[in-house]
Amino acid sequence: MLNKKAGKPTSFFGSLLKIKPAKPGEVYGVPGQGDSIIISVVSGSAIIGFWALVTWAGWIKPLFLPSPLAIFNKFIQVATEGFSNYTLFEHTWISVLRVFGALGLACLTAIPVGLAMGMSRVMRGVFDPPIEFYRPVPPLAYLPLMIVWFGIGELSKVLLIFLAIFAPVAIGTRSGVRSAAIEQVHAAYSLGASPWQVLTQVILPAALPEIITATRIGMGVGWTTLVAAEMVAATSGIGFMVLSASQFLQTSTVIMGIFIIAAIAYAFDLLMRFLERKLVPWKGRA
Amino acid sequence: MGSLHVDHVTVEFPLGPNTPPVKALADVDFEIKAGEFVVALGASGCGKSTLLNLLAGFLSPSLGKIILNGSTVEGPGADRAVVFQKHALLPWLNVIDNVAFGLKLKGTGKDERYEIARKHLRNLGLEAFETHSVYQLSGGMQQRVGIARALAIDPEILLMDEPLGALDALTREKAQELIIRIWKETNKMVFFITHSVEEALFMGTRLIVMSPRPGRITHTFDLNFSERFLAGEDARTVKASPDFIKMREKVLKIIFGDEETGASDHA
Repeated sequence: MLNKKAGKPTSFFGSLLKIKPAKPGEVYGVPGQGDSIIISVVSGSAIIGFWALVTWAGWIKPLFLPSPLAIFNKFIQVATEGFSNYTLFEHTWISVLRVFGALGLACLTAIPVGLAMGMSRVMRGVFDPPIEFYRPVPPLAYLPLMIVWFGIGELSKVLLIFLAIFAPVAIGTRSGVRSAAIEQVHAAYSLGASPWQVLTQVILPAALPEIITATRIGMGVGWTTLVAAEMVAATSGIGFMVLSASQFLQTSTVIMGIFIIAAIAYAFDLLMRFLERKLVPWKGRA
Repeated sequence: MGSLHVDHVTVEFPLGPNTPPVKALADVDFEIKAGEFVVALGASGCGKSTLLNLLAGFLSPSLGKIILNGSTVEGPGADRAVVFQKHALLPWLNVIDNVAFGLKLKGTGKDERYEIARKHLRNLGLEAFETHSVYQLSGGMQQRVGIARALAIDPEILLMDEPLGALDALTREKAQELIIRIWKETNKMVFFITHSVEEALFMGTRLIVMSPRPGRITHTFDLNFSERFLAGEDARTVKASPDFIKMREKVLKIIFGDEETGASDHA
């Protein structure tokens, strides 16, 4: 492609970045501005359309990639008849309970620990080494240890997910403690606040946006870990369903399970964003 | 009636084992009496903010002490409310809850604290905004909320750390007039820090000129320009009057003189 003005070829990125004078309501030169929903819908439809085309034409065997319709039929079948003693709803529900149980447990412990680490030199010194030691280790690496210690029941799974969520929530909360401007803290003290009041009425609300972000990240990590844990040691749950189906070469169940895992993760994220808007409407504006 | 006495205060910041400490304030001594509006003026680094932190109780003096109404200041307290340059409001509370925040800390009931907060919002011309979020307000309005919050706890003295420094020039002049009126109505002691000579002369009943290295008071002037404004003279007329301009040039000469000697210290 030739750039008419300069008379030299423009790169692909150059053509992406070409800018026209802004219309009223837009700002000149903002990277990537504008709405992308319609493009996303077209893109998603194109992928599904292409998928339908290659399976309908028989270019790929159903064993490797069943048609979209087959996936949908499998969804209806598993939802009504069930898979391996449980219905689809039960598999999903068990998985959701595990991740929410672990998330609840992690929030109850990690937020106070993070606050303590942010507020106190001693607490930071105590908790920093263990958290920093286990945080970078993939949960699957210590899953065997969990199973040895706590058996193959619910406890080892929930603890594994709990550990995966604990670190990001504690670290996020700890850094959130620094969100309160020192002027806000000083103002509260000069208005007669006690240290406890400063913690509960200034530092905690100021840290709330970061705590929510950390919880959102923790939820994502927890969901990832859950599916992995269910693939190793479980007789129920959405991750179990996917792995078990793969062993019987039921590819349509595998793909259907992946879609459900993705859909629930996305729903979680939407829920957290909704909570964020409700709980911290001032985020990024003060 | 109340008074605040800064009694021969020296503040030294340690720099390290082999370096002598830096004197941020050297033997500062003055008194603020009931109903006085004392303005501290000086170039950057003269210790104005250190002085305000001392009065607020955020910093303890190396030598000397601060005495408010007969008792020594040992830490921050609700008898000395601070108004900051950055408004320092709490964005998760709406306007009226911000103003009532100090009363809530004290345990005042909701009806009573809202009643008091409303009174102060009215005085500062903010009665229409009580349920607004603070981030919806302009900088000048946020600063007025900060002043209302400080007044709501009925402190002995208001400590103002360049409260108008971040405002645009037009808003700033209006805010000066408002603060003078509020000060006269409430009859509080005020300690006010500013960079602006004009603001200092217009607002204070007494001016403390400070000079850096070490931070100290070099000149003190009694002022009556705010009295003239309160007696009905127009603010612009006061600021354009020959004695105001003469005073302004005199203070500017003192400050620029300081900066020249300050620079030669380093040469």
